[in-house]
Formats: sequence, structure tokens, C-alpha cells
Amino acid sequence: MNDMTRVERAVDSKDIKINAKKVQVYYGDTHAIKDVDVAIEDKTVTAFIGPSGCGKSTFLRCLNRMNDTIDICRVEGDILLDGEDIYDKRVDPVQLRAKVGMVFQKPNPFPKSIYDNVAYGPRIHGLAKNKADLDGIVEKSLRRGAIWDEVKDRLYAPGTGLSGGQQQRLCIARAVATEPEVLLMDEPCSALDPIATAQVEELIDELRANYSVVIVTHSMQQAARVSQKTAFFHLGNLVEFGETGQIFTNPVDPRTESYITGRIG
Amino acid sequence: MPILWLILIVSAIAAVGYVLGRARALQSAGGDSRNLHSLPSFYGANVTLKTLVPAVGLLIVWLLAQPFFVNSQVSGMIPESAIKEGSSRSLVMAEVRRTAFGLDNAVAQGNLTESAASDAQVDVVDVTQRLKDAGQVVTSDITQPVLRAAQSYRAMSSTGYTMMSVAVLVVALIGAAIGWLQTNADYRARNVVEKGVGVLLLAAASIAILTTVGIVLSLIFNTWEFFKLYPASEFFFGMTWAPSFSGRGGLSELGIIPLLWGTLYISIVALLVAVPIGLFAAIYLSEYASPRLRSVAKPLLEVLAGIPTIVYGLFALLTVGPLLLDIFGDSGLGWMKAGTAVMTAGLVMGIMLIPFVSSLSDDIINAVPQAMRDGSYGLGATQSETIRQVVLPAALPGIVGAILLAASRAIGETMIVVLGAGAAARLSLNPFEAMTTVTAKIVSQLTGDADFASPEALVAFALGMTLFILTLGLNVFALYIVRKYREQYE
Repeated sequence: MNDMTRVERAVDSKDIKINAKKVQVYYGDTHAIKDVDVAIEDKTVTAFIGPSGCGKSTFLRCLNRMNDTIDICRVEGDILLDGEDIYDKRVDPVQLRAKVGMVFQKPNPFPKSIYDNVAYGPRIHGLAKNKADLDGIVEKSLRRGAIWDEVKDRLYAPGTGLSGGQQQRLCIARAVATEPEVLLMDEPCSALDPIATAQVEELIDELRANYSVVIVTHSMQQAARVSQKTAFFHLGNLVEFGETGQIFTNPVDPRTESYITGRIG
Repeated sequence: MPILWLILIVSAIAAVGYVLGRARALQSAGGDSRNLHSLPSFYGANVTLKTLVPAVGLLIVWLLAQPFFVNSQVSGMIPESAIKEGSSRSLVMAEVRRTAFGLDNAVAQGNLTESAASDAQVDVVDVTQRLKDAGQVVTSDITQPVLRAAQSYRAMSSTGYTMMSVAVLVVALIGAAIGWLQTNADYRARNVVEKGVGVLLLAAASIAILTTVGIVLSLIFNTWEFFKLYPASEFFFGMTWAPSFSGRGGLSELGIIPLLWGTLYISIVALLVAVPIGLFAAIYLSEYASPRLRSVAKPLLEVLAGIPTIVYGLFALLTVGPLLLDIFGDSGLGWMKAGTAVMTAGLVMGIMLIPFVSSLSDDIINAVPQAMRDGSYGLGATQSETIRQVVLPAALPGIVGAILLAASRAIGETMIVVLGAGAAARLSLNPFEAMTTVTAKIVSQLTGDADFASPEALVAFALGMTLFILTLGLNVFALYIVRKYREQYE
């Protein structure tokens, strides 16, 4: 793990963007997430690591209420976004998801043109005043997604015709286009090859300037490379949460140490 | 020997062959089935297959070929003088067959002795009277040549059947013997049986395909016959449909345009009903309904597809027609003269098509990956935005395919039209007037005493051909659309 040296980076104390307290998630009778407390900072990349089935994706999906689409799923506890409970009855999940964008494990461009894919969010939220405005948003988002140069000549070609890595960057650009405050990424690189992964990781590092990014990953190297904070989940419990450098070099909990050294997981 | 007995005997030989083959295989391996190349049952099945397949194959071929052979032989016996003016050899042959059939039945009932039935010198008048007494329908009095022909027809048939029975039994026994003699421990019975099974399956598939080819060919030949009697240009471009059954040639006007117009008009009305309702039902079922509701509602909706179309026809005739007449008839808006109208048939046909559209569309909408919906929800889209802008566009090719399949059902539908739309071939824009379709006219041209040599009857084949090409085109187009856009979403 040569990357360990890179994690010695300046981490200023920043505002708390999302504060989760005593979160419990049940799938039917299964208790999937137990008593999780996490504070996600603004303009920071937070990585969730842990073995398969440990609940990290489930917890991520709680942060923008994507679990609402699953009938048997039940969430308890408080998740505060800028101090407001997102599970409050008065909160509209649709508005919440515009503020907390999400990028999925498998690239899922809509069967539309590249332009329409990116313009989808701005259109449904009415972010553009006119066509020129929308063009501007699309270009800016595609630039942020680090894919503008590759697609600027074929904006009206179908998004499904791009390569896997390009599709994933298109999906990131699509998520960025709605101007979210938090970007959730559920294993965004698991379906990509190493080159595309490197491009997406570089992009995540750039996104940190504007957004709070939460990334779920199976790759500990990736967590070490891109994140400032790391949370280790095991069997539905949050085992350890802290500075990435500290988690990877000097873990407090023996389970964390076992996992990052490859003895469990 | 009746064919049922023949089949039973051949099956019995096959069953005995199975047991013997299996026993011989075990015996040749010294009683230890591990020394055999294949499982013992394969040796039995080997003998069975070698007994059944050639024997049954011969039986089928013989049964198909014998009538043709006997027909051509007997047909040659009828002198030109026996064929009446305005009649033809094939009509006389039909008479011969009827007489032969009547003789058979009369003998079976005991009204006629076997010797009298086959005696060439028998009195024609007496036999005719006896046949009539026996209740065997004889349209006109039998003439001497016809009776003679019928008698030799009977004789040749019965000799043929006897020969067939013998041949089939011999082939079955030879097959069983070959299979039994081949059996020894090293014989690769498994490979032979597997290959045999493959050939049987291939035969089943070929029969289905060949039948289709046969249907199409018969349509083509009869259509060709029709166009020899009636000009094709008048058929395709004629604006009037007025067949005359009494007159011969030149009196009937057989233009397809009014019928095509009726077909298309009723189909369009039906699709206007079925597509929105079916599609909305599919969207509700696949996107909004809870799994429990869906598991109840979907089969209920599909029950609609199981109702026979004649029942829909009754519904059109007895319920929808009078209902529409109340609203649009003389007591209401005054647009409608009778219960049978394009609107009646179209509405009912639309109801019939709802399950086609909804069931297929529901499957297609369900096949849109959840990742698409998640992607849309993740961007803050509402459920209806997601459905309108992501799910439906992704499912569109499949939905178009479903609609085209429903359209070809609508075009081919008959009973609802017969009962709901009336029988008047008419070119009109008023949906409250009675019209008729291609299918309904095929029925009316062929029911009753039809002379299959007249253009009035043969036109049915030309109509059928037109309909076939129309629906085939729609189906091919639907499959093309579905296939072309399918891979994009996987």
C-alpha cells in the first residue's frame, strides 16, 4: 500500500453537512443497519468501506431517501442535512434528491442523447431560463464530469453508445447538472477498467472543491487514494470512523485492522 | 382391419420389442448392466423406435397417397359421355365418392348385402332406392357409369387398405427384428435413440412449417384462379362490393376497397379504445400497484383475453349496440339508425384488445432496468416524470410492437364484426353507420351452398390473401421494431 503516504494531507475542520444519529434500517424483519452515527463534512470526500453485505450501500441510500422506493425498507433515527431532518414528514423526497445527487454502481445513462441525459435534471427542476441557459448548464456539467472534450462533437448521439468509463462520467455530469450540495457515489468504479477508474477518481478529487462527496467502495486503495474521511462498516455496525490516514495506518478497532490487512472481509 | 386396431397392434409389437430388447441387452452383458454401453432402457427404446417410426410413417404416407391413387384410377374409368353439360369431371368424381360412401354405410346398416353392393350387374334403380331407404343422401339418381365407378372405387379402396395393413405390420415386425438382432453389449443404443428423438422433434417442427406453407400455397393458387375469372384491377380498385349469387359472371362487383375501409375504420376505433386504456392499465400495474394488488389484478385483466370472441359479439349485439342507439339514435342525437355500427364493433373489439396491449406492455415496462428508474429518482424526478421521460421512452419499441400485434388481431377479427358492425359493405365516414370487414365477407361468401368454381366464392381466397399479407406485414414490422431496439436497453 504505497498510497498510504499520500493520505497525509491537510484536513481542515469544516462544517458538518450531514449528521446521522442512531440510524437503524430494517428490511422486513432483518435489522440491516444498527445504531450508526456519522458526521459528513462539507467539501470533503468521505469513503464507506467494509465487506459485502455490511450495509454501507444501504446507509448511503438512506442519505437521499432512495430506500423509499423499496417497500419493505424502514428507517429510524435522525439524519440531518444542514440541521434539518430529511425524514421529516414535511420534507419532499423529490426536492431532497435534487440537493443530494447520486451516482450508481453501474453506469445507467437514459436511452436518450448525451445532451438530453445531462439536461434531464435541469429540465425537471426548471433550472434553465432558456435554451442558451440550458446549453450553458450542459456544457458546464460535462466539463465538470471531465467528459466535455470527448463528447462535444456528438452531443446528440445516444448516451448508451459511449464506453463504460465515459458512461459513468456522463452519469456524474448528469448528477452534477442539478447543482446538488452532496454527491453520493455507490461503488462508481466497480464496473470500470483501471484507466476509466483513474479518470473517475481524479474527477472525484476535483468535485471536492464544490461538493461534499460520499463514496462507497470495495477497493481500500481507492478509499485511501480519494478520501479524507473513512468509515468502516461491518455486519451493519459502524466500527470505526475517522481521518483516512489514521484508519489505514493506525486503526483503533482490531476489526478494522483485520479488514484493511486482508484477514477478514 | 380398422386403423385403430392396426395402430394398437403395432404399439403392442413395439411394447413387446421394448421388453425383449432390454432383456437381450442384459443377457448379452451377463446380467450386469454396468457392462452395457448404454442404460438397459435405451436398448428397449431402440427396438421400440425401430418398430414404430417406419411402420407409422408408412401408415401415414399410405393414408395420404391412397385416395389420390384411387381417384385418378377411377376417374379414368368415367367416359366423357357420362359428364353432363355444364358439369366437370371433378363434380362427377365427388358424386362417385358420395355413392361409394353411401354403399359402405348401407352395407354397414344391413340394407344392402355386400355382394349386391359390389355386383357390377346390379340394377341401378334398385340400388338407388335402397340407398334412399337407408337414409344415405343421394342428390340425384345414380347413373350406370357412376355406380360402376363407385363400385370399383370401393373395391380398390378396400384392397388398398388390406394391403396397407399387411405392409405396415410387416414393416413393424422387420423393424422390431432388426432392432432386436442389433442388440448386444457393445451396441451404442444411447446414441441411436438420442438421434432418433432428434429426428422425431425435427419431424414435428417440419409438419408445423409445412402446414403453413400448404395454407399459403392453397391461398395463392385459389387467388390465381379468382384473378383468371375476375380482373385484378377491378378487385383492388373497385369501389363497390355487390356480389350476385344468382347470376354468373359480369354481374357481381367485387371491389375490395369498401371492405378494406371497413376493416381499417373498425380497427382504428378499436385501437383508439384499447391503446390508451391498455397502456394506462399497464403503467398502473407495473409502476404504481402494490405487489398484492398486481398479483390479483393482472390475472383478472388477462381473463378478458380468454373470453371467446363470439361472446364479445353477443355483448356488442345485445348490450353495447342498444346502449349506443339510446344515446346516438333517433331518441338521442339522431346520428345512428341501428345498433350495428362501426362504433359498436370498434368499442367492443377495443375492450377485447385491452389485455393484449396491457399484458405485453406490462411485461415490457417491467423489463426496463430498475437502474433507469433509480437514476431518474436520484436526480430528483417524481414518479410520473420518471415514467414519462425515462421508462416509457425506454419501453417504447416494445410497446409499439404490442400495439402492432393488437392491430393485426383487430384486422383479423370476425365474430365481433359479424354481430356488431352489420353486413353492409359501404364507404362512409360516419362511425355510426353499419359497415363490414374483409373477414366478415369471407364468412358470408363461403357459407351456404357455394360453387367453388365461381368468382363469388373464389373471391374469398383473394380476400384472405389480402388479409394475410396485411397482417403478416404488420407482424413482421412489429417484430422488426422490437428486435431492432431491444439490445439498446440490456
